[in-house]
Parts: sequence; C-alpha cells; structure tokens
Amino acid sequence: MAESVVEFVNVNKTFGDFRAVRGISFHIEKGEFFSILGPSGCGKTTTLRLIAGFEHPDEDGGQVRLHGDVVNKKRPYERQLAMVFQSYALFPHLTVEKNIAFGLEMRGTPKAEIPGRVREAMDMVRLDATNFARRLPAQLSGGQRQRVALARALVLRPSILLLDEPLGALDLKLRKEMQLELKTLNRELGTTFIYVTHDQEEALTMSDRIAVMSEARIAQLGTPAQIYECPRTPFVAKFIGESNFFEGKATGRSGDCWRVEGSGGAFDVPAENGVTQGADVIVAVRPEWLDVCAPDAVPAGENAIAGTVRDVIYLGETLHVLVDLPGERTVTVAVRNEGQLARPLAWKKGDRAAVAWKPEDCQVLELGDA
Amino acid sequence: MSHRPPAWVLAIVAAVYVFLHAPLLVLVVFSFNESKYSVEWTGFTLHWYQRLLERHDIVDGLVRSVAVGLSSTALSTVFGTLMALALARHRFRGRSFVEALLYVPIVTPEIVVGISLLILYVLLGWPLGLTSITIAHVAFNISFVTVVVHARLQGMDGSLEEAAMILGADEITAFWRVTVPQLWPGILSGAMLAFTMSFDDYVITSFVSGTGSQTLPIVVYTMVRKNIEPSINAISTIVLVVTTVMLIVSDRLSRDKPLSAD
Amino acid sequence: MSGGPSVRQRVLGWFHERPTATAWALLAPGGLFLLVFFVAPLVIMFGYSFMERGLYGGVEAGFTLEHYAAFFQPLYLTILLRTVVMAVSTTLICLALGYPVAYTIARAGRFKNALLFLVILPFWTSFLVRTFAMIFLMRDSGLINSLLVKAGLVEEGITMLYTPFAVMAGLVYGFLPFMILPIYSSLEKLDLTLLEAAEILGAPPRARFFRVVLPLSMPGVVAGSLLVFIPALGSFLSSDLLGGAKQILVGNLIQNQFTSARNWPFGSAASFVMMVLVVIAVGIYLRVRDADEAREA
Repeated sequence: MAESVVEFVNVNKTFGDFRAVRGISFHIEKGEFFSILGPSGCGKTTTLRLIAGFEHPDEDGGQVRLHGDVVNKKRPYERQLAMVFQSYALFPHLTVEKNIAFGLEMRGTPKAEIPGRVREAMDMVRLDATNFARRLPAQLSGGQRQRVALARALVLRPSILLLDEPLGALDLKLRKEMQLELKTLNRELGTTFIYVTHDQEEALTMSDRIAVMSEARIAQLGTPAQIYECPRTPFVAKFIGESNFFEGKATGRSGDCWRVEGSGGAFDVPAENGVTQGADVIVAVRPEWLDVCAPDAVPAGENAIAGTVRDVIYLGETLHVLVDLPGERTVTVAVRNEGQLARPLAWKKGDRAAVAWKPEDCQVLELGDA
Repeated sequence: MSHRPPAWVLAIVAAVYVFLHAPLLVLVVFSFNESKYSVEWTGFTLHWYQRLLERHDIVDGLVRSVAVGLSSTALSTVFGTLMALALARHRFRGRSFVEALLYVPIVTPEIVVGISLLILYVLLGWPLGLTSITIAHVAFNISFVTVVVHARLQGMDGSLEEAAMILGADEITAFWRVTVPQLWPGILSGAMLAFTMSFDDYVITSFVSGTGSQTLPIVVYTMVRKNIEPSINAISTIVLVVTTVMLIVSDRLSRDKPLSAD
Repeated sequence: MSGGPSVRQRVLGWFHERPTATAWALLAPGGLFLLVFFVAPLVIMFGYSFMERGLYGGVEAGFTLEHYAAFFQPLYLTILLRTVVMAVSTTLICLALGYPVAYTIARAGRFKNALLFLVILPFWTSFLVRTFAMIFLMRDSGLINSLLVKAGLVEEGITMLYTPFAVMAGLVYGFLPFMILPIYSSLEKLDLTLLEAAEILGAPPRARFFRVVLPLSMPGVVAGSLLVFIPALGSFLSSDLLGGAKQILVGNLIQNQFTSARNWPFGSAASFVMMVLVVIAVGIYLRVRDADEAREA
C-alpha cells in the first residue's frame, strides 16, 4: 500500500451548535491529486482548514494525522504545509519576489539561497521574473496573482499542497489552462495536491480521487469514474453530472435481475446492491445511457417506459430530448449530434416515444439521503 | 453619472459650502489685519502672531495641550488598537457587552463626561491637573480609535494572517510582518483623530483642569469671553492650519495604501 | 524543533487553546480603563443624584428624590423643553441642508473627493474656534453688520449675537458635517442600476427619489440625526458664547450646578434626565438600524 500522507480518523468539528464536520474518515496517498467536492456549506473548506491547522478537531473529535503523526493541536506554522487561498491572500505591502520569499525566510532558508529559489518558483509557474519580481500585487492581473500565489506555495517544495478553490476567480479560458498546469505540476513534482472545489467538472478533470461531501459528511469517495458511473446516493448522482431517477418496489427476482414496479411502469435492475423482496428501490440513469425509440421498437432485453416528447434542446455536441412520462415526470435523454442540418433528428414535440436503457446501465442508489 | 441634481439643489449645496467655510476664511484673513477693533481692512501685519509669543498663558497652554495630546493619544491608540484586534480577530464570550461598553463614550454628551469625571476625581481626592486631563481624554478617545482601527481590520483580508502562518510565521511574527504593515494607516488615522479631539477639547477639559493646568482651548475660551481681539484670530488660524495638515496627512495615509490586492 | 517548545511557543500555545482568554487579554487595558474612568463615574453620578446637597459642593449622605422633583418644576421644565426643541430643530435644519449636500457629493464624479474633503475639514476643526468665527461675524460691530450698513441696507447694525437665532446658527454650523457624512456614505453605497430599474419601470424623478433613494439612505439619515441630536442636546458652549446668559439650556444648567450654584445632586439629576433622552434617541436609532439590517439579510 502506498504511503498515506494525510489521514482523518472519525474527525468531528463543531462551531457552537453548528456541526461543520461529522465523523469523517479518509486517507490521502503520497503524490495523489485529491479533491474535496461539494456545495457551499457542506464542510469541505472546514476539512481543508483542519488539515492546514486553522481549525482543530473537537475534544474527543477523532484524529488528524500528517505523515503518520497525530497533529490535532499543532499550529499551522508547525505543519510544513503550503496553501493557495481562494482570495490568493498575497501580502499587499510586499512585492512579488518578497511575497514568494516570505515562506523561505520564515522557515530559515539561508539568505544566499533565497533569490535562486524565488527565480526557480517563478519559472515553474511561468511568471517572467525580470518583468514581475518588483511589482506589487495590486499591479497584477487576476491570472498573474494566481500564479504568484502558486509560486509562493511551491517555492517551499512542500510535500503537501492545499488549494482552496484557487481558480474560482478566473475566467473560463484561463481556468481550463490552469487546470492542466496544476495537473502537470502535480505529476512532475510528486507533491500531494489537496484541492477544494464546488465545481464538479473541475474535480473530474484533475483528480485522482474525489471525496464528495454533503451536510458535513463524505457522501462518496472514489476515482472520477467511480463517482460518475456508480454514484452511491441520489445526492451524488444529482450533484455530479445529470441523472434521471426511476423508483418503485422490488417485486420479484429473475436470474441476475430484480423486477421493480413503479407508478410509471416496470423495469429490471441488477441484482447486486442488496435489493430484497418488497424493498423500495431508486435507480439513477445518466442521460447518455438512455435511448429514445418508438414505443413498439424497444430493443430486446432493455427496460422501456413510454411517454411523449416534450421538447428537443440543441446543445452543440449533444441534443437533449425531454420526454414526459406517466406520473408527471420528465426525463432527459442525451443523443449524439450527428448534424442537424444534414441528418436532423426525427423526434419532435408531441411524438409518442419510449425511453429505453439496459438494466446493467442503471445504478441502484442507497436510500435515506435526498 | 447621468442624473445631475436639479439647480435648486445645487444652490443649496453652494450656500452650505459658503456657510461652512466663509466664517473660517474671514477669521483667517482678519488675523493679518492691522486694526485692532475695526472690521475694516487697514493693512497687512503679523503683529497679532508676535503678540501670541509674548503671552505666556498662550504659549504655556499650547505646550500643555501638545503634552496632553501626545500622551493621551499614545495611550488611547494602544488601548483602542488592542480592543479592535480582539473584536475583529477573536471569537469570545461577552462580545456584546464589550461593544456596548465602546458605544457609551460615543453617545454620552461631553458635559456629562466632564462632570462625572469631576465627581470621581473629587471623590478620590485626586488633584486636578495635567494627569486628570490626560485620563479624561484617553477615556473619550479609546472608543474612537477602536472604531477606526476596527473598520480597517474588517477591510483587511483575514486570510493574509493565515497565509503567513501556513508559510511558517507564528502569531507574533505574522502580526508584525503582515498585520501591522496593513494596519498602520488605520492606527495612524485613529491616532490623528485622537490627537485632534484631545487638542480641541474644551468642554470636558474645563471640568477636570485645575488652576495652573489650562490647556490652549481653555485659554482661548477665556480670551473669547473677555474681549475679542485679533490675537484670537491668530491663534485660531494656527489651530486651523495644524488641523488641516493633520487631516491631509491622515487622508493620504488612508488613500495611498491599498487595503488588499484588489 | 529539538529540545522541546520554546517559551514563546508555550505562551502562544497557552493563549491559542484559550481563545476567550486571548481576547480578554487584548481587551483588558482599554476595557478596564473605560470601566474605571467612564462607566464608574456615570454610576457614581447616578448615585449622587439621590443624595443630599453638600454645603460647599459635593454631597451629604442620604436618599432623596427632591432633585428629580425639582427638575420637573415649570422653571426647569421650560429649560428642558427649550433644549429639546432646540436639539430637534437643529437636527431638522441639518437634515434639510445636509441631505442635498450628501446627495450632490455622492454623484459629483471627479469632484467627489474634493467636496468630501471640504466637509471633513470643519468636522475636524475645533468647535471653539468655529464658535468664535460665528461671534466674529455676528457681533454688533462684526463683519456682517458692517457690510450691511455699508451697503445701506440697514442704518445701524442689527442684533444677531445673544439671540436664539445665533445659538441655532452656531449649532447648525457646528454639527452639519455630522449629518452630511453618514448620509453620504449610505448614498455612496446605493446601486445606481436601481435608479435605472426604477426609470425603466416608469418612475419619474420625484418618485425615484422618494420611493428608491430616500428609503435606501434611511440608515444614513438616522445615524446622522443621532450624531447631531446628541451633541445638540448636551451643548452649552454655543448657548454660552452665542446666546449670552439669555438662552439657558440644560447643558448650561448642569454646568452651573457644578460651578457657581454648587448643587451637585441637582446637576447630577439633570445630567441623568439628559442621559435618558440620549438613551431614547439611541434606542430609536438601534430599532431603525436593526429593522434595516433584517431587511437586508
């Protein structure tokens, strides 16, 4: 097993009456790009601040370990970490080079070594030292500030780098560019990156593993593919990508499948995931795993529920066909765009149509979590 | 901006500016007038400024005012800055009590401050003099310094101190290397406000100063009551100039330094 | 890190684990100073207002309500009423003059800083000097009269000094900046697209002002009114120097009890009546402010 550099053992953090983090446990391996993803207020920033040492776990609130040592009570400056802040937190009264040198000075790096290290860090984030070293943060653009903040962290050659929504303030194009650069730095330096974000696409793009948080707990932890393809709860299925949900009661087993009868129709689900006779079942199906077809032309062995086409939405890469099903529900089916001018899609508003999917393409979700 | 205020509004505004500044301007101009009694312009002179130097009560009053101003400013700035730090950077029980405590001096009429302190000094048998005046000035200035510094702290990105700490600075180092450089314009303008209020105060000082400890405003008040002569214009002009310079300096301080990077 | 934590680290650690203790350590010097030299004197003064009058100032032990009762005799009630009327009218005049100024500064574009500076300057200037400036202009042989006579508008100087008009002028002159600055800062924060939104919804200028601008600047109006009302209520310098002995206000009454009249308990009682009025004003201010904050949240 790889060396784990950060470990949470049943960690709790309470602010007054507010439980910001409830009994979370996980470990992060050396060199990993680890994202903590969730909506605002889910506890992801508190989790990062617990690693940084700005917050400390409650008394009897579990353990936070860095490199195997329990650091519950250690102060941030005793942890040898580096961090990029959401606001960048560049010292406004110091020039770029002094900002970058600050951490080296604090950690007692020999004076003679500092200029070279600063230069090296600026090169690493592709900031032209001759041009920017003497500027104040106020004289930089948002993207340049971002790079300075990154250089100020990387110059310390940290084994762990914490990043708190560092790309949130950048425009889309710059954000995409920085995502790639961060990923490359992570690979090349071998530094463990711990990345907090509320942007699911960003997390999927960059991470080796993602911890999805909801209401102070970890809802699911896994690789991007595991999270996207096998969401464990309705929350994860909804928060990451789009999902259609189908519900019903398990009525009987046949081979590898359970039969589920719902108000809108019956369908089969895979027999794993502990479905039992008579249990409530909810499944999620991604729009791109659904098909839309004529009600009498459903491929053999597929689940199908008939309805009416409500609308077709043009998205460029794909088309979304919205289908109204019995029980006042609308599902979204993603269809690859093969050129609407040359080969227009046959469906239009008001057509009778069925949505169909293979039983193995639906994910049976855990209940008890919205 | 597209919507210009209507003409009658601008007329009021112009009148208000004249009302605010003409009296002071006239005061300054006539400090250079030769004639002692007339408001006719009879010629330029610096005589009234020279006379100020001859009057020991004025010179002594000025020295006392500066001494009281500096010492009360130093104390109230330290106390006020510490209180602002606690309010802005710490979670603690009893916050609303402290906030209420800081409000009291801001809303209490000066005359009540003056007589209540007088009562305290008499009760304690404490002699009235420069010390009693200084204490009074510190008491009414702490809140103002706290408010000014607190506002500056709130405008400051709290993650700057956290950034310093994760980079390896402990609390004390982070305070001196990051907080203070950001904060000092706020501290200085708080100090300037404190000094000005101390230097200008007549009402409170009049109750807690004894014989032989008259500050400049007390001396000026006596002069105004006795008879109006151009020396008062001269001393007023000096006070005006000092105040204006202090205000400009404090204004520059708060404007030049950016609070945060954006 | 060898050799265990240093003293400095231990001290920092101790404070870190006790956030309340840290805060109170920072608060202690200023807080204690305020308790001893601000709050305690007020409490003692409150106590004095129930005691017997001492022969040469000071008090004698005892408990009596006579000073409060005395205050509510017609003679003193007139003074109280006059003071309140004076403070309220000062506030209203300052509001009427100050609002247009604040409004103009807020939309003065590149002149904004200069205009603001010209309001802050008198705000910082000695009240005594400014009162003297008023005397210099308004006295019988002062500049205004000499100009009026020279222009042939009047035959001999009109009496301005030592009239209620002079006191009022002095108070307005003294406290006008206190009104302008808070109104300005609330108008400054006003989102201009709100006005455009009102305009596109068909609101004429008058409606835009009364239905959008004025309600949103209420916090500034209320704060400014408080900042003018309180010192106006407690003023005695203006009535003393500009009003002569004729326009006695509660401030003069109090001062008198502690100087020539030597009736400390009565002066204390009068001070507390004044404090009650201040507390009422602050209470109104807080209610309006809280209602406003609740609306924003």
